[in-house]
Formats: sequence, C-alpha cells, structure tokens
Amino acid sequence: MNDVSAAARVETLGKRFGRHMVLSNISFSLPAGSSLSIIGPSGCGKSTLLSIIAGLTDASDGGVSLPSSWKTAFILQDYGLFPWKTVRDNLELPLQLRGTGRRERFAAVTDMLRELGLEGLEQRFPVQLSGGQRQRVAIGRALISRPDLLLMDEPFAALDAITREHLQNLLLDVWKRRRMSFMLVTHNVAEAVFLGRYVMVMGGKPATKKLWLDNPCFGDASCRNSDAYFSLIRKVHDALEDGEVRPVPEARS
Amino acid sequence: MKPFDILFRYAVAFLALLLLWQIGAWILGPYLLPAPLETLDAWVQSLKEPVMRGHIQSSAFRVISAMALALIVAFPLGILLGYRRRIDRYVSPMVFLTYPLPKIVLLPVFLTLFGLGDLSKILIIALTTGYQILVVTRDGIRQLDARYLDAFRTLGGTPAQLVRHVLVPAALPSAMTALKVSSGTAVAVLFMAESFATQSGLGFLIMDAWGRGDQLEMFCGILSMSLLGLAVYELCHIAERTLCRWKRLENRR
Repeated sequence: MNDVSAAARVETLGKRFGRHMVLSNISFSLPAGSSLSIIGPSGCGKSTLLSIIAGLTDASDGGVSLPSSWKTAFILQDYGLFPWKTVRDNLELPLQLRGTGRRERFAAVTDMLRELGLEGLEQRFPVQLSGGQRQRVAIGRALISRPDLLLMDEPFAALDAITREHLQNLLLDVWKRRRMSFMLVTHNVAEAVFLGRYVMVMGGKPATKKLWLDNPCFGDASCRNSDAYFSLIRKVHDALEDGEVRPVPEARS
Repeated sequence: MKPFDILFRYAVAFLALLLLWQIGAWILGPYLLPAPLETLDAWVQSLKEPVMRGHIQSSAFRVISAMALALIVAFPLGILLGYRRRIDRYVSPMVFLTYPLPKIVLLPVFLTLFGLGDLSKILIIALTTGYQILVVTRDGIRQLDARYLDAFRTLGGTPAQLVRHVLVPAALPSAMTALKVSSGTAVAVLFMAESFATQSGLGFLIMDAWGRGDQLEMFCGILSMSLLGLAVYELCHIAERTLCRWKRLENRR
C-alpha cells in the first residue's frame, strides 16, 4: 500500500448488456491512498462501473487491474446489512468469513464501534437503527477487514442533509487515519467535489469519461467557501449539463 | 401486549368455552356430552394414573419427534430447491404433483411397510408436516431479496458460509411459521394414526372409550389431545420468537 506506483487502473473498459452498450472506453488510474468521485446522470452505468471494479460483474471489453495485495470492500446503495444479525454480528461477519478467531473479532468490533460512534448499539438489529446509524454500520463492516480500496455506491443518498454532512466528515476522518483509496458514486456535485481527490464526470450514450478533474479542495473543510471550490463545482455542473442538452442524433421526421 | 392482558384474554376465552360446553351439556344430556366441571374433575383424577400419563407420553413423543424429523429433512431441502433453480426445475413438479394428495390415505401403506409401532406413525405425521415446511421454505428463499445475496458476495465467502449466514436465517421465519401452522394437522394425523392397530396413545384411548361407551373417559382423552395440540403450537411459537427475534421487531414497526 505504501508503494508509490501502486494504483487502481481501469483500461479501455466497456460493458454490454446483450446488444445494448452501456459503458465504453473508460480509462483512468487512481493512485493508492487517494479518492475518486464518479458523477453522472442517473442510469448512465456508474453503479455498473463500480460493480466491475469490485469484481462482481465482468467487463465486456478492457478491464481493471488492482495491485495483487489489495483487498477491496464494497458498500452497496442500500447498505446491504443483514436484518437477522445484530450490529455486532453484522460488523464481525467479514472477519468471521475469513476465519478470524473469536477474541480478535470481538476486539476489532469493539474498536470499530468506538471509531464510528456506535457504542451502545451493538445488540440492536438494523431495523432498530436510524438511516445514519445504519450507514455507519455499513461503513464499519466495510472497513473492518482493513481494505486498500473502498467502493461506495451512493452511500449517503438516502440521508437527510445534516446526517449526510456528518457522515462525509466521518469518512474523511477515517481516511486521514487509514489512507485507504476510495471511489464513490454520487449524484451530488458538492459531495463529489468534497470527497474526491479526483472527480470523474460520466456521460453520453454509451457512457464514457467526459471530464477528469484534479481537485485541490479535496478534504479541506475551509475550502468549502473558497472561489476554487465554487469554480470546480461549476465545472462539474457544466460538464453534466452539457450531456443533458446534447442534441438528439437521430431526429425523427 | 402485556403478559397480564394476554392471560386475562385467555382466561375469558376459557370461561366462555366452558359456558358453551355447559349449555351444550344441558341440551344434549350427560350421555352425549358430559358436563365440563365433571369432565375436568375426571381428567385431573386420570392424570394421577399411570395409564393416562402413558398415553399422553406416547402421543407427545410421536408428534414431537415427527415434527422434528419433518423440520430436519424439509428445511434443508426447501433451501436447496429455493436456491438452486436447476435442481428445483426437476424436483418441484414432483413435489407439487404430490402436494395436494392427503398423505393420511397412505397410512395403510405405511403400516404395511414400517410395521405397527411408532415408526409408521411418526413417518406419516412427518410426511404431512414436512410437505408444508418444504413448500413454504422454498418460496421463502425464492422471494429472498437479491440485494442480500449481492451484499454477501461483496464480503466474499464460501457457499457453506452463504448457507449459514444468509440462507438459513432468511428462511427460518417462514419455516417456523409453517411448522406452527402445521402443528394442528400434525395432531389430527396423529389421532388418525393412533385410532387403529395400536394399544397406546390418546387416539387409541379416545376410540377405545368410545367403543366401550365411556363418555367421560372419551372426553378426558379429547381434552388431553386438545391440550397436547395447544402445547405443540405454543412450543413452535416460543421457538419462532426466540430464533427470529429480528422478524418480530421488523413487524412491530
């Protein structure tokens, strides 16, 4: 992970569902320990891209290469917590699947509960938690196996504005401590700029990389009021808008 | 609901039943329907005798071991059919062709094949209840939200771990409900199976007393059988509440 040249590489990636081309010719490289926000119109294939990077879906063309030592973790859109497991059991599941001993699991989960401010909730079931608490548990479950790359599919979309901001800050805190790489798919321009060291705007049919931004404001709360921040937001916004007003190629007579 | 409330409602229901019974006894006369208090008294007396206790024991042993056997065989099979569509495609038609068949008509066949002892009785009860558990468990797995399977895939685990952490807990609530619901049928089949070619069990006691024209003893047998049915139902209910606590919390919302 400390290898400077280590990176997640996506090369000329394409994806077809039947005859329908969804993603085409996407290439980028994300250096170890940095973050990428992926933003684009809904239904453009962002989630599919993430799922391919996670190894859950196969690419039709090109591919993804990750350093062989990397572990990835994936947080699904709806968190994917198991309703029949308590918070503690949900958190320890990745370790349990890996055969980690009971005592070590207990200690790791206790640390994670503290780190994410979930103390006192370990015996609850997901249904007894608020949306923000559930998302914390999902983040905890992803982090507990100490992944080198964390993938998140619209992790904060279902939360109210204040909870959302809390969790964005929490994610950055965690990142500052652990320095894992992360990629997140989002609909929200401000979120993309706040959380992405790099921001990729996707668009077109089939979807491809429309804009790649290097983001100096990443992770800097004081930046939230600066001109650089607003100009970045405008850039991302324009790139997104551009896709929507694009003239329809096959006009009907 | 508070325990006191539940107890109160049951007490009211019990008294109402006794009242109806008493009215029936007045109308029909003691030969057709012995009075409730007299019957209860005779029943309490009969419990002091080893004969009645022996009959209750044989019946309880048969019905409980049959339901346990049904669960042990049908639950895993239901999970297999629900999860493995390819196997399901060949096995399900067989299940659904034989499902409407009233299994009790096979009783003579079972008596011939497995003898007049407990085995044939246990097997016929297990077959009846097992079908219901099988069908409901299979449907429970088929209706399992695919996102739980996705969530498990993101964590990476073996098929055995999938069964343990996802499929079994997900299917358990519907299987336990099926077990509970089928307990009534189980006791009915038990009665049929015990009503001939045997010298033990409440079914024998009832039919034997009927043959001898001993109405009081017959009603003691009927009362014991009803209470056995109630006990089996409550046992399933308690097991369901303990094993599927999360489901109860979910329904309470």
